[in-house]
Amino acid sequence: MAKLNYKPINLGRWLVWGGTALLMIVLPLVFTSGFTLTLLSQIGIGVIFALSYNMLLGQGGMLSFGHAVYSGLGAYFTVHALNLITKGSIYFPVTLAPLIGGAAGMVFGVVFGYVTTKKSGTTFAMISLGIGEMVFACSLMFPDFFGGEAGVTTNRVIGKAFLGITYGPGLQVYYLIVGWALACMAAMFAWTQTPLGRMANAVRDNPERAEFVGYDTHMVRFLTLVISSFFAGIAGGLNCINYEIVSAENVGALRSAGVLLATFIGGAGFFFGPIIGSAVFFMMVTAVGAMTKAWAFYLGLLFLLMVMYAPGGFASLIAMHVPVIKARLMRRLWLPYAATAATGAVLLTGLMSLVEITYHYSLEAGTAPEMTLFGFSLNVTDWTPWAVAAGLLVGGFVMSRFAWNAVGRAWGDIVQVLQKQTT
Amino acid sequence: MNAAIELKGVKKRFGNTAIIRGVDLTVPRGERHAIIGPNGAGKSTLFNLISGRYPVSGGQILLNGESIIGLKPFQINRKGLSRSFQVTNIFQRMSVFENIRCAVLWSLGYKYSFWHRLGGLKDANLRAEEVMESIGLKQRRDTSAGVLSYAEQRALEIGVTIAGGAEVILLDEPTAGMSRTETADAVELIRKVTQGKTLIMVEHDMGVVFDLADKISVLVYGEVIASDAPANIRGNQAVQEAYLGTEAAA
Repeated sequence: MAKLNYKPINLGRWLVWGGTALLMIVLPLVFTSGFTLTLLSQIGIGVIFALSYNMLLGQGGMLSFGHAVYSGLGAYFTVHALNLITKGSIYFPVTLAPLIGGAAGMVFGVVFGYVTTKKSGTTFAMISLGIGEMVFACSLMFPDFFGGEAGVTTNRVIGKAFLGITYGPGLQVYYLIVGWALACMAAMFAWTQTPLGRMANAVRDNPERAEFVGYDTHMVRFLTLVISSFFAGIAGGLNCINYEIVSAENVGALRSAGVLLATFIGGAGFFFGPIIGSAVFFMMVTAVGAMTKAWAFYLGLLFLLMVMYAPGGFASLIAMHVPVIKARLMRRLWLPYAATAATGAVLLTGLMSLVEITYHYSLEAGTAPEMTLFGFSLNVTDWTPWAVAAGLLVGGFVMSRFAWNAVGRAWGDIVQVLQKQTT
Repeated sequence: MNAAIELKGVKKRFGNTAIIRGVDLTVPRGERHAIIGPNGAGKSTLFNLISGRYPVSGGQILLNGESIIGLKPFQINRKGLSRSFQVTNIFQRMSVFENIRCAVLWSLGYKYSFWHRLGGLKDANLRAEEVMESIGLKQRRDTSAGVLSYAEQRALEIGVTIAGGAEVILLDEPTAGMSRTETADAVELIRKVTQGKTLIMVEHDMGVVFDLADKISVLVYGEVIASDAPANIRGNQAVQEAYLGTEAAA
């Protein structure tokens, strides 16, 4: 008789989950500005959306270019539902309104997903792109439902306050988002631990063998997509409550590309990857976007660097350090890392200076050649800022090469030590 | 009807090339049946037809008296037929345990469930542990399948094939590329895990074939030229000329 060995309660896992929940709850109380609240709300919704996307990409091996269809249609159904609730035509608590989005997302998941999931790989990607374009085109064809160019607006404050909750203030909406985000995170994690979740991995890795152990790969992909579009719809519903407006861009290709970017940057191979990715993505879009016109350039650069040097995303960078920390070898990395950070900062300063000066030069050189950069006033028609920026760039590049080589050597040593320990 | 598998005039063409040219074969329940034949005779193709990987071009295939023509691989699997592959075909990124658990889920009725927690599926976990023990990979439980040794991967291939408890097992060259001792171990493993089941296997190693098989069919150019007990196959003139002859001459 074989003996079962179940894993004991995973303390680390509880700490991570508890820590994440605590962080989400406490952050807006520490950083009280409206801007932070906007950013955190975006991240909270983005986490649900990106995790739902990763059910397809990471767990099911389906590269979708049209995931915004499900969140966007979920948002549209929520906005119309909210307007009906306001009119008194139907009764539904606003707190649960994201479920309307989820249900709508799921229904469209059933309709579109049955076709898209017949094939995997490139075919799936292409069909998802086609459906995305089709739905976006519909948004202009049916202005009554999609609201045309202006979109559909609503008011999330409906009826009397319940325990003081009206969802008028942004903070209340934020905590609504946190509640849904935590529930969805837990549900989507639980899904990875179910027979369907595991078979989605199996179909991703080896669809042929999955068929020969009794599984219809089309059905596995289809059900995965339907569940994924349910969570995407919830994210859409929350988006609707958060912004009180839904427009065609909610179903658009840009939104679909954004979630792909966020998921990839965070790391599709890990459950928590999209959570990190969503945080990084919205910090780039919203926080960096508030500071500079060149935010998209930096986001693209980050994406490029991740694809080239850390294709497993931030999550993989964290994961690769876990055995090093366990073996108490991190001390070997601190110095090379510090050197890389310092020289990298010089390189980055040079690069950003060049980008910012170039932007300013091409947009406003004629009217306002003066600009402030990193606290310095400078004139972009002058040659000195260009020379300093270029100098920082080149100098930073050369120095960071040395620092980077030191990192490589330190890692080489660590890998050798770790290998000795295992054998 | 006592036949586990029955092939009647099965044909397969790829374009204009006929690979299988009318095969008739009956394998009674509980028999260990080996299919031998020179390279390119169509042995693997025959397996691919029986398991539903390729559609047949003509003829009839019965599993327990029921036609399985036109069924998808997963449908045939659910009817109690499971196969292994000549080139190892496992879930490379999953652990040994996960590989086998994936192979038992459907047969235990968990299907597409997203309301069961894998860790709580006592029967599936127990079955996976049992299979792991029987294929001798218990020590490698949490090792990722992709980093196993070749012989271990072949054992896992068999484990994944038998885990679902299918009554009819098709093994495609289970000992190919193995050393002598590994082959001996594999033969014992196959004997053990196919106890009381119907086994059809393609095999090149004559030692394995004569050791394991109750009956041998010889496939040459897409046709069965002989189907008999091992002792009779050894003495069969046509077989020696077509197949064993080349070895005898060497």
